[in-house]
Amino acid sequence: MTQPVLSVRDLKVEFVTRRGVLKAIDGVSFDIAPGEVLGVVGESGAGKSVTGAAVIGLIEPPGRIAGGEIRLKGERIDNLPPEAMRRIRGKRIGMIFQDPLTSLNPLYTVGEQLVETIRTHLPLSAGQARRRAIDLLAEVGIPAPERRIDGYPHEFSGGMRQRVVIALALCAEPELVIADEPTTALDVSVQAQIITLIKRLCAERGTAVMLVTHDMGVIAETADRVAVMYSGRIAEIGPVRDVVKRPLHPYAVGLMGAIPSLEGQADRLVQIRGSMPRLSAIPPGCAFHPRCERAFARCSVERPSPLDRDGRKVACHLYDEAQAEAAS
Amino acid sequence: MSDAMQDRTEPPAQAEAAPAPGWFARMMDHDLMASFLASRVTVLAAVVTLVLVVLALFAPLIAPYNPFDPAEVFLIDSLTPPRWQAGGDPRFLLGTDDQGRDLFSAILYGLRVSLIIGVLGVMMAAAIGITLGLVAGYVGGRVDAVIMRIADVQLTFPAILIALLVDGVVHALLKGASREDTAFGVLVVSIGLSFWVQYARTVRGSTLVEKHKDYIQAARLVGLSPVVIMARHVLPNVIGPVLVILTINLGLAVITEATLSFLGVGLPPTQPSLGTLIRIGNDYLFSGEWWIVAFPGLTLAALVLAVNLLGDWLRDALNPKLR
Amino acid sequence: MLAFIIRRLVQSIGVLLAVAFIAFAMFRFVGDPVNQIVSIEASPEERAQIRESLGLNDPFVVQFARYVGRAAQLDFGISYQFRQPVTKLLGERMPATLELAFVSAVFALVVGIPMGVYTALRRDSWLAKLFQAVSLVGVSLPTFLIGILLIYVFAVTLGWLPSFGRGEVVRIGDWWTTGFLTASGLRALILPSITLGMFQMTLIMRLVRAEMLEVLRTDYIKFARARGLTRRAINFGHALKNTLVPVITITGLQLGSIIAFAIITETVFQWPGMGVLFLQAVQNVDIPIMAAYLLLIAFLFVVINLAVDLLYAVVDPRLKVSVRAA
Repeated sequence: MTQPVLSVRDLKVEFVTRRGVLKAIDGVSFDIAPGEVLGVVGESGAGKSVTGAAVIGLIEPPGRIAGGEIRLKGERIDNLPPEAMRRIRGKRIGMIFQDPLTSLNPLYTVGEQLVETIRTHLPLSAGQARRRAIDLLAEVGIPAPERRIDGYPHEFSGGMRQRVVIALALCAEPELVIADEPTTALDVSVQAQIITLIKRLCAERGTAVMLVTHDMGVIAETADRVAVMYSGRIAEIGPVRDVVKRPLHPYAVGLMGAIPSLEGQADRLVQIRGSMPRLSAIPPGCAFHPRCERAFARCSVERPSPLDRDGRKVACHLYDEAQAEAAS
Repeated sequence: MSDAMQDRTEPPAQAEAAPAPGWFARMMDHDLMASFLASRVTVLAAVVTLVLVVLALFAPLIAPYNPFDPAEVFLIDSLTPPRWQAGGDPRFLLGTDDQGRDLFSAILYGLRVSLIIGVLGVMMAAAIGITLGLVAGYVGGRVDAVIMRIADVQLTFPAILIALLVDGVVHALLKGASREDTAFGVLVVSIGLSFWVQYARTVRGSTLVEKHKDYIQAARLVGLSPVVIMARHVLPNVIGPVLVILTINLGLAVITEATLSFLGVGLPPTQPSLGTLIRIGNDYLFSGEWWIVAFPGLTLAALVLAVNLLGDWLRDALNPKLR
Repeated sequence: MLAFIIRRLVQSIGVLLAVAFIAFAMFRFVGDPVNQIVSIEASPEERAQIRESLGLNDPFVVQFARYVGRAAQLDFGISYQFRQPVTKLLGERMPATLELAFVSAVFALVVGIPMGVYTALRRDSWLAKLFQAVSLVGVSLPTFLIGILLIYVFAVTLGWLPSFGRGEVVRIGDWWTTGFLTASGLRALILPSITLGMFQMTLIMRLVRAEMLEVLRTDYIKFARARGLTRRAINFGHALKNTLVPVITITGLQLGSIIAFAIITETVFQWPGMGVLFLQAVQNVDIPIMAAYLLLIAFLFVVINLAVDLLYAVVDPRLKVSVRAA
């Protein structure tokens, strides 16, 4: 088994506010293998973006990493000094943000921003860096790259801009790319292209991808494995096909049931009653239990740990075989 | 916007409880009080302001002499140093000026006059600005265009220039009356005419927004006259930001009056404001009678600084972005 | 681009005309030009004659057109106080005011921008807090008090710098006099320009700070950090550049007001500039000078505004496109 590119163990991220300490992420663990796409899904506020931010080291006060480990190819990166972490960012971990309109500095040409990033991480001359930038632009599908490299961001359409962003994220050949809602701000017609592009480029380079999104459709199409997050914890994590077709965790069941499908008959979309709790009021035990139709006594008392089941991990007492045996 | 990644990383969206509108006022109060008491500087500023305002209000009762009354001006004792210095006189705590006015009394009375002019001037500016803003926003069309043009042209000039101009023109128009009698009124008018634009713009903006709301349409349908609609319905809803501008403008108004008096076109030496006193004292700075400048200067500085600090705090406290 | 320039020019002329109208209205309705020219004992016939010869009986519009026409040729009439052409009087004093304004502006920029950047980048350091305190004082103290204070400390007590006047000036060409070329001239510039520039400096500092903090919160800065760019590149290459663009506009507009604020500083330091002339005119109701000064200030403002707008269009690539579309 090859060493995973990213290995997160029991990660905890807190925010210290005057109303108390809020646990944005409370004990999250997962791995990503080289070339693998891990989708991270969940509602707004579930902690998906915070996880991405923590991995790339961009959590700022009042937030902080309160526990756990993050390893990149076996080396710990969560406790590095700022300068060391800076060198990792861009070079070994790339990031793609949601809104291409605001991700690029409007006052610099696309070429200037690419060359700057390239030369920050690679010992190339200005000319070499520019050549490389042009090649990258071609790879991400920008037509006439030798001309458009001197264009300003506002001269590109939304989809083109996101391609530039992807080029920027990949220009230093990182081992891991974190894509935080890369298609949410784009037209539907363009979304598919961008996702395909990300997937292809990363597959070609063997880059691992952490794809954060709330769009289950994208996950189903693109990811190899998926982690379902809820209230800062992972409810279920496993191969995409399994989790989507036969979800185990009640929350995941609700989520998958809420995906409208063109095939088959459905009278109503499944709705999960209630809403995700606020960070200041996370229920004891399992965070989902107040909304869960299958909750029982233990759920409100003891927080479930991830259990191996059916080739994936589920954090739900329903699948605790030891308990099931004890009950029968 | 991608959540959870801000400069000072904010907690994900659900961290703060969103208050229902009814509680908003209460929460505002709490936060305001909390932030107010938390900042020692602001509290100090408020105390200083309060002290100065009280001193000013009760000047006639506190001051040992009335410097505006020629009978209480002691020419013989002019240029006496403060009490604790050599040559000082126990009757005059802070010394006297070149005319023999007790400086302590003069400062109190001057403070009073400066504050009154400042407040009246700002209120006049607000009155003009709110009226014009309401009309411009509500009536729209040509009227709006004209008013905004005037505002734009006026904005090309700094307030002090406008104030000077108005001061000069009005005094010229009142050629009969003496400068001394009219100085007070002219100053108020100058300040009023210099500062109205900010109010007008803000109110106009809010009016434009309110204009299209249902309750205004309803009032129109009922047949209320535009004046009534503007005054009774629109006004209460657009007045919020005006209050903030008012407090911030007060410091500027006081400075403007002081500057005009210093330049010699404000209050005359017979009814001196703080600015006038400083002007008088400036001539004696070199010959060693420093107190005529120092004490009024200190008072003016303290007043404006305190008012500005309060204004700063108020602006920060009411700014939703910083919460 | 051309359409844009033309539109702005038209706007500017509109503003100038409006100001000219106000200036002219002052002429007509405030004070009586006849009285200024003729002695009190003059007979009614003499007055009527003078009125006629001055064209005071012509319709308003005609008089206004005449006024504007003359103004365009730099003829602003004769001063009531000094019986000399206003143009000459203003011209003599203009270099003094302009030099002072220029040095003040430079001071405000050179000190204000770095201070603003520093207080934005190192928000919690004691130096930043000190700067902020200074800025509060700068905004609160009236200009004349600052001037008096500076005079007292540096001229009266320490005796390092002169407390009034321009020092020795050198004449250049047949109009300009400069204080830049003599040691005493330069020394005389120091205190007044600090006084005049202080208010602007604090404004610029606060503006730069606010803008920079705003910029540091944007997505592209976040992305820049996510790309591993050095702190230096981010703060100065990206954040600073984006901060300065809007700062340019506002600063440009401030430059105009410096010239008007000079009135106060010139009074405190007995600086022989236009401001003092204007002040005297206000006190003595010398309408020609007041009107001319107004027009001059308006003109300078309009020119500066136009220059700033053009500069903006050059510096911000986004505007180049919209300007082309305009």
